[in-house]
Amino acid sequence: MKGNIGFVKAVNGNMVSVEFDCRVKQNEVAYVIVGELRLKSEVVRITNDHADLQVFDSTRGIMTGDEVEFTGELLSVELGPGLLGNVYDGLQNPLYEMSESYGYFLEKGVTLPALPKDVKWEFLPTVKEGERVEKGDCLGTVMEGLIKHRIMVPFKLSESYEVANIVVQGEYTISDIIATLRDDRGREFPLTMSFNWPVKRAINFYEERLAPEEPLITRIRIIDTLFPVSKGGTYCIPGPFGSGKTVLQQITSRNAMADIVIIAACGERAGEVVETIREFPEIIDPRTGNPLMERTIIICNTSSMPVAAREASVYTAVTLAEYYRQMGLDVLLLADSTSRWAQAMRERSGRLEEIPGEEAFPAYLETLISGFYERAGMVRLKDGSTGSVTIGGTISPAGGNFEEPVTQATLKVVGTFHALSRDRSDARRYPAIEPLESWSTYKGIIDAKHREWINKLLTKSYEIEQMMKVIGEEGTSLNDYITFLKGDLFDSVYLQQNAFDEVDAATPEDRQKFVFEMLFHILHGNFSLLKDKEEARHFAHHLRQCFLDLNSAQWGSEQFERITKNIQESVEKYMDKDSGLSRLLLRSSFVDTIIDSSARRLKKAKTILKEDIEAETDDETGI
Amino acid sequence: MKPVYSKIGEISGNVITVSASNVRYGELAVVSSDHGKSLAEVIRIDGGKVYLQVFQGSSGVSTSDEVRFLGHYMNISFSDDLLGRIFDGTGTPRDQSPKLMEHLIETGGPSANPINRIIPSRMIHTRIPMIDMFNSLVESQKISIFTTPGEPYNELLARVALQASVDVIVLGGMGLRYDDYLFFKHTFESKGALSRSVMFVHTAADPVVESIAVPDISLAVAEKFALDGKKVLVLLTDMTNFCDALKEIAITMEQVPSNRGYPGDLYSQLASRYEKAVDFEEAGSITILSVTTMPGNDVTHPVPDNTGYITEGQYYLDNGRIEPFGSLSRLKQLVNKDTREDHRPLMDGMIRLYADYQETLEKKAMGFKMTDWDNSLLKYGQLFEDGLMDLSVDISLEEALDRGWEILARCFDPEATGLKSDLIQKFWPEGVAADE
Ligand SMILES: Nc1ncnc2c1ncn2[C@@H]1O[C@H](COP(=O)(O)OP(=O)(O)OP(=O)(O)O)[C@@H](O)[C@H]1O
Ligand SMILES: [Mg+2]
Repeated sequence: MKGNIGFVKAVNGNMVSVEFDCRVKQNEVAYVIVGELRLKSEVVRITNDHADLQVFDSTRGIMTGDEVEFTGELLSVELGPGLLGNVYDGLQNPLYEMSESYGYFLEKGVTLPALPKDVKWEFLPTVKEGERVEKGDCLGTVMEGLIKHRIMVPFKLSESYEVANIVVQGEYTISDIIATLRDDRGREFPLTMSFNWPVKRAINFYEERLAPEEPLITRIRIIDTLFPVSKGGTYCIPGPFGSGKTVLQQITSRNAMADIVIIAACGERAGEVVETIREFPEIIDPRTGNPLMERTIIICNTSSMPVAAREASVYTAVTLAEYYRQMGLDVLLLADSTSRWAQAMRERSGRLEEIPGEEAFPAYLETLISGFYERAGMVRLKDGSTGSVTIGGTISPAGGNFEEPVTQATLKVVGTFHALSRDRSDARRYPAIEPLESWSTYKGIIDAKHREWINKLLTKSYEIEQMMKVIGEEGTSLNDYITFLKGDLFDSVYLQQNAFDEVDAATPEDRQKFVFEMLFHILHGNFSLLKDKEEARHFAHHLRQCFLDLNSAQWGSEQFERITKNIQESVEKYMDKDSGLSRLLLRSSFVDTIIDSSARRLKKAKTILKEDIEAETDDETGI
Repeated sequence: MKPVYSKIGEISGNVITVSASNVRYGELAVVSSDHGKSLAEVIRIDGGKVYLQVFQGSSGVSTSDEVRFLGHYMNISFSDDLLGRIFDGTGTPRDQSPKLMEHLIETGGPSANPINRIIPSRMIHTRIPMIDMFNSLVESQKISIFTTPGEPYNELLARVALQASVDVIVLGGMGLRYDDYLFFKHTFESKGALSRSVMFVHTAADPVVESIAVPDISLAVAEKFALDGKKVLVLLTDMTNFCDALKEIAITMEQVPSNRGYPGDLYSQLASRYEKAVDFEEAGSITILSVTTMPGNDVTHPVPDNTGYITEGQYYLDNGRIEPFGSLSRLKQLVNKDTREDHRPLMDGMIRLYADYQETLEKKAMGFKMTDWDNSLLKYGQLFEDGLMDLSVDISLEEALDRGWEILARCFDPEATGLKSDLIQKFWPEGVAADE
């Protein structure tokens, strides 16, 4: 089509200015033709007779007069079975296939189909000829690993249709026609198992958007217990370099109780993605018995890959997340780092010579950030099932200072804030989430009152610690000193978690509840029998030792039980005799309950504790 | 043959413009003036107007000087003949040997497909405990030394380079003082390492912009060696000079600065270089050890800040020592699991105690009474600094770990260390008294 051609007029970094004499659409895809190469680009601004394109590739070699081909299509991804387990670049080029075809390097100007064309899927139709369907309705299913993948009516078919034809159960590739729909005017639409959808447009048809109330268990104690995340919720992890954002996301991607995890490695190190790519196929997900990779999709546009594609990569990721959500699944999207995405927009904005906002970020930064996080949510679908997209994004603030545009704009829209601190990571207190600064608006798994109490204890303990720096230890009362030790103990044995210890790395929900209640009880106790600070410190060190050993003991093992007993005995030495803990531990006969049924025991522990605590929590300020 | 243009429009900073057609973005040109020939690179095209960044600086360039486009991009000749040679920042020989013209390779090539990378797994032993024990250096890592002018960072670079068992050393010098250049040359020569080294040296006396090409040239050469199966170590010193050259060009081009005058794409610029560090499946590897001097010793300055977000850690060199705080090797966990079982917990435990020691120091400075616990910490801090932190310490990892246990035993009861009981049983030294 000669009509859809333009010519390069100017080149500046990854932006190309193009003269045209045809219809050009904002955000449509165009190709800059450089000799044999076709460089994929996106129209980002149109002014009269010229368009500015951001090129998703190195612009080296482009010259004035080079031809540009406009496609009329918005930047889109291909949706269908075969996405799971794949590793894509920001534009959904499959990296395994790229490596096979082009070797060690990401060669310029190449694109490959996102979904495997030759794989046969066992298609099971769920509609009959003559039924009426509309966009998003399920036509049939295929098993994608353990996931029942719904083959849906393409989302851009906007009317109501009659199923004119549907294939019988059998094996089909994604390019085989599996159904034909007919609209009211008699037009027919032959369908395959895949279709395209523009990445910057949210998939937003469902019956109802629900409040994110169900916790998404990450098996990271400080998160689940104190700063929980909900299915369909949003959270952000800002922190200076090296504070542990990526490691935290890596652990989450392994341990979170989601059906599908999408990792968007956006403008960060390639090496970090490699760890996931190489390890996930080897790690067996204990819940399914299959490799973790089967529930994972990696979108990776690492820092040395073309900057413009970095922006696209987060949209690609969230679009895939929404697609699986439409099947009634819980999807977790982890984006590392949203700052790199914001910087990509800053680079573009600078080259377009737009009026810069704070720190040269574009003035519309906030709108884009909130638009992205708003694509999370828990929804009820037409068939009554629910699905969710949870979004967690890291932020890399310049100079580690949270008073900067990206952090501030993000904090306005997310439900949970995990503030990573340099002080904590320097002192190797991992995960380095600063409990005094972080917050969560979601409910979580621990009684809100207890959570509150612990938060107060941590604050108090911190204040005493600061005070001690001013007035010295000798000027601090024994009571205050014990409160300080209590906060410190909870921090060292509960909030800190060793990601490299086989057992400690992931704490299941019931174990968290159990250990939390146990600690809560100890910390709630009155240690009037400790005679001085020296003794208190020794005792605290001893308890810490016991709990650290407990943390790496298998849940329900004999060792676990032995250490628990040990803790009980030590505590009784110093705690007022009638302590709730001893009653808790005495009343539940540990040997059988722990091993047999953690659920039953938990329930029991809970009720016992409830009685005690309700009796005590009335005069709450007794910290 | 491409036409020669002899009408230079604007000359501003180290950027000139000419009216020319059929010029490709990124293409090289030669500008000939009274002062000789200078290489230049196309950094912007606007209609018929072409902007060129002049590597040898625009000083002395006149409006009627000749600009001849070369029809190719920045490149360098690659072969084993490079070994033992010394070049300037754009690849012209600095030594007396002839210019190399064969097997030209382009610099700044595409990035490696993550699929073809493997997880780094080989530790580089340096015999410096603050590195080996606390922040192990790993083959294919990219890591920077954060420091200030006057610190012995180049000595540290040279020491690691000579200790590391690599096949090829590539030195990229940017704004290197002439003394330092000679230091590297003589040290490599006297230790017999020159024959496996290539040097691209831009000195403090050369025009600033010329340093812009140094990382790309050094890394392009390193990449070729790595594809040939070689283990390559690239030393880049000092990357702050490279960033300042970028800043200068950005300001000349009137780009909106993002932070203290540095361009908004500083992160991407640095990342595209550092990400060349790689361990290839079925080929060699590239390890990058760089120097980043921090203006005003301020780690939040845009250069160290952006670097920290890109590299896989940093060694914080201050007062002639590698500080445990602020220093980090992000790849250490990939190797320290296979060294000795006490390596990881001991490393973490000792750092935690060192943090406590720092707090005690503060308390002491405020004049508070020292408790027994404080006194143990003070003793610990001193032993730690003398026995492990001092850069003159030259011991193996095993020796460092043993020394660590001994220091603990001389200062604390086992329980006070926060280390797990089974480790204490196995490693706690017998017969070392906590109180001498
Ligand atoms: N939970 C953890 N347990 C043990 N070590 C950790 C933990 N989290 C982080 N670390 C250590 O800190 C290093 C840096 O962590 P990470 O790469 O996650 O930082 P980051 O915040 O993502 O930094 P950047 O912003 O530069 O990407 C890790 O390589 C590891 O050595
Ligand atoms: Mg990170």
